[in-house]
Amino acid sequence: MASITLEGLKKTYSGDVHAVQGIDLTIQDGELVVLVGPSGCGKSTLLRMVAGLETITQGTLKIGHQVVNTLEPAERDIAMVFQNYALYPHMTVYNNLAYGLKNRGFKKEEIKKRVHNAAKILEIDDFLERKPRRLSGGQRQRVAMGRALVRDPKVFLFDEPLSNLDAKLRVQMRVEIKKLQRRLKTTSLYVTHDQLEAMTLGDRLVVLNAGKIEQVGTPMEIYSRPATMFVAGFIGSPAMNMVPLKYIQDIDNKNLSLNLPAPTDTLGIRPDAICLSPPESPHLTIEATLELFEAAGSESHLYIRLANSEQPAVIRTNGQPPQHEGEMLRVYVAHEALHPFDSRTGKRTD
Amino acid sequence: MQTKRSTYQNRWLPYLLLAPQLIITLVFFIWPASQAVKSSVERTDPFGFKTTFIGLENYAQILADITYLNALGRTAVFSVSVTLLSMGIALLLAVCVNRVLRTSKFYTTLLVWPYAVAPVVAGVLWWFLFNPTIGLIPHLLDWFNINWNHRVSGTQAMILITIAAAWKQVSYNFLFFLAGLQSIPQPLIEAAAIDGAKPFKRFWSIVFPLLSPTTFFLIIININYVMFDTFGVIDATTKGGPNQATMTLVYKIYNDGVVGLNIGSSSAQSVMLMGIVLLLTFIQFRFVERRVNY
Repeated sequence: MASITLEGLKKTYSGDVHAVQGIDLTIQDGELVVLVGPSGCGKSTLLRMVAGLETITQGTLKIGHQVVNTLEPAERDIAMVFQNYALYPHMTVYNNLAYGLKNRGFKKEEIKKRVHNAAKILEIDDFLERKPRRLSGGQRQRVAMGRALVRDPKVFLFDEPLSNLDAKLRVQMRVEIKKLQRRLKTTSLYVTHDQLEAMTLGDRLVVLNAGKIEQVGTPMEIYSRPATMFVAGFIGSPAMNMVPLKYIQDIDNKNLSLNLPAPTDTLGIRPDAICLSPPESPHLTIEATLELFEAAGSESHLYIRLANSEQPAVIRTNGQPPQHEGEMLRVYVAHEALHPFDSRTGKRTD
Repeated sequence: MQTKRSTYQNRWLPYLLLAPQLIITLVFFIWPASQAVKSSVERTDPFGFKTTFIGLENYAQILADITYLNALGRTAVFSVSVTLLSMGIALLLAVCVNRVLRTSKFYTTLLVWPYAVAPVVAGVLWWFLFNPTIGLIPHLLDWFNINWNHRVSGTQAMILITIAAAWKQVSYNFLFFLAGLQSIPQPLIEAAAIDGAKPFKRFWSIVFPLLSPTTFFLIIININYVMFDTFGVIDATTKGGPNQATMTLVYKIYNDGVVGLNIGSSSAQSVMLMGIVLLLTFIQFRFVERRVNY
């Protein structure tokens, strides 16, 4: 078990490509931290730097108390689960799991014990003699996990391990990874571009954009108080509505007095914070046109345009709206559900 | 693999398109091969007036001939050493080039050049390099007190044709090995690195087994090459000598048939050679391929 400390970590590729631009982060012992961001944000590069598969241009990386900047991947006592599993196709499942132990000079008996133990945990003990090509996607995924598990490393690294599975299996494996991590309490760093996966898995999230950290926090902290407009738009589905302040007209109270902090010029409103009936707390009342109604079973989405400004917005609700498409409706937003931003800096203002 | 079935409006068009290849195969392979089979069971008198059918007598004769059996053994040694040498060097070069990122195209181009050189030219090249009188290599070897004269020493002559024949084939093997190496997914190597395998171990336990389809294919191609295509190299360097020390099966066929004009025996030998290559390929497909991980 160990913590991971990143101090001013930078990665610059030849020329002028700054893939990772100064990351400071501490991952506590036993914690599962998810790196999340759009593709090309540097999250995989960062993970590979921790693994030792990419060199570190600048900064310090510690696992436990040891600086590991120049150590080989094998010497860092980490295990990694790759996106395409990277199973050795010419070896049986047993040998795939045993390979790392053999290389480290474990005794035959010990290897056998560990492999069978890991196989049992992951329920792959029936396939130990098969080659990877005869396994299904989910089984391959388990073998890849098993290969990480047998070594009992200080740190688990996951590089989008679920992105090759179908939607149903993905949810199932997500739950299993979380259970397993809870049980083993191994410090883990997990990379994904799927915000839902990030929210459900992580003890903490690190939202990355263009090689920089936008925000670090627990999933609920990030969801309820996004620090930047980027985070607000990236986390949560459907994405948060961003409405320029000047387009918001409270029809009950023409002199809008929200006590918003100084540079605010944009309000973020979550789709589920827009109600069709007035809440009891202080709220805005806004007129809008219903453009499209989309029923998705347990929830439905209403696409509206604010009156006077044509500003589009999405509402998430359950059940049918009282109006037909094309008709006017009134929507309500509680004051406490507003997220004030300054669009020039992209930062939250309160 | 996806297969697409094409349909043609004109029913003669497909035959027309196939014709060039078929004609070449017929004229340059099937017809001479059938001629060889035919004359291998015949005897022609010295003046070419009369041809008699003599059954398998030519075969019985060559199998009882010690020079033929020696040539057979020599060919086995020759093909194993050329295959090992050329594939070994090619693999080493391919691994090196595969590690180079930026200039790999440049190296690849240079390394493929020898393949464009005709066998005879390659032979002449090595003949010059190893020429006991004017060659560079004997001159250098002289410093180590090695007296190089492949016109006298059978072993040295054998080494010379092995090097010349292998050099010619390195390019071909190199190209296939490089392609094979590049098709191995990078994460596999990275996973092995994390699993604690040092570069050398990584190569032998991951890369080399995954290259086995390429290796297997190249073994067959190389043996075929040594059996048939090394004629030019031998003819330009040693002409089978000294004292038959480099007389391989294919050169003996030429020597007995074209030089010695013993068409019957020569034909029987070429049919035997064809049989040997077929048998080897069959054995390889049957037994070696099973261990190959496709």
